[in-house]
Amino acid sequence: MSGPQLWMLQRGSAMLLALGVAVHLVTIMVAVRGGLSAAEILARTRGNAAWLAFYAAFALAAGLHGAIGLRAIAAEWLGWRGRGFDLAWMAVAVLTAALGIRAAYGLYSA
Amino acid sequence: MSEKTLEVSVWRGDATGGAFARYRVPTQANQSVLDVVTHIQREIEPDLAYRFSCRVGMCGSCAMEVNGRARWTCRTHVSRVAADGVLELRPLANLPVIRDLATDMAPFFDKWARARGSFQPKDSLTGEVPHDFAVVPPNSQKRQAADAGIECIGCGVCYASCDIVAWNPDYLGPAALNRAWTLANDVRDGANKARLAAVAGDAGCHACHSTQSCTERCPKQIDPSGSIAGLKRSLFWGALGR
Repeated sequence: MSGPQLWMLQRGSAMLLALGVAVHLVTIMVAVRGGLSAAEILARTRGNAAWLAFYAAFALAAGLHGAIGLRAIAAEWLGWRGRGFDLAWMAVAVLTAALGIRAAYGLYSA
Repeated sequence: MSEKTLEVSVWRGDATGGAFARYRVPTQANQSVLDVVTHIQREIEPDLAYRFSCRVGMCGSCAMEVNGRARWTCRTHVSRVAADGVLELRPLANLPVIRDLATDMAPFFDKWARARGSFQPKDSLTGEVPHDFAVVPPNSQKRQAADAGIECIGCGVCYASCDIVAWNPDYLGPAALNRAWTLANDVRDGANKARLAAVAGDAGCHACHSTQSCTERCPKQIDPSGSIAGLKRSLFWGALGR
């Protein structure tokens, strides 16, 4: 993946996260008012396709954004550059996103 | 002796290493930092190596680190930077030292070449003289964007002030990228596609974090950071197929 594409992905995911993090935090604050139970959470998330779509996109953006950012920091501070490191960062991105999506799916299908 | 003096530390050495040497230099009215260096070489230490030419801020050859900050020494009054009478002079950062205060500017200008910083006429690819003058309206948006960065004299102050250059030796740096953006806005130039490809990626404009030390320190008040943002914009629309 080339520089411009990585940069676009980084900026695009940042825009998505700016919105996503705000929605995420507000949802938490609203949801925990008056206590919170597992049953309440599952009642909201189970079978909720919109909720799953939102968190799948959120997890994907977070995985990509985090890995691309760490890639730049590691290149500058540790000198980790080259194809091998790029592949490793891609694995970090995919793994982070996959774990997030799996967690969301778990709550959706529970 | 009642004469006021400056305490001047000058880094002396070469590529293998060095240390600060201390000198006392008489204070004078309207004294530039370059005057101080010249005094040391003429009166105290004849083998001190440094570089200067025009002395009036036109040539860009006398830049050094003055009290930790890259500046043109010819246009820097001692009174402005050394209120307490103490000066510390080092060679420009991010460049190999030749000796004492003189750095090797070759990597800096090599990067201009790598960023395709030379004008390539659209109308005469083989180098022949075009039949007619190119008409470029001075008020056109592109010409104004080119004008904003055109006054760079290649002094290396931005390059020495850039953290990204320090972290990533391959990074082209603010001056080369500013030059590329100037040419990208020159409607007479025909090499823009290759130029944008040359300035993209981890060694190019996408490595810039926009911390803007270059813009802050440019003695010509140029905005290389803005130029780099312009390159990113161009590449963004280019990648979308425009």
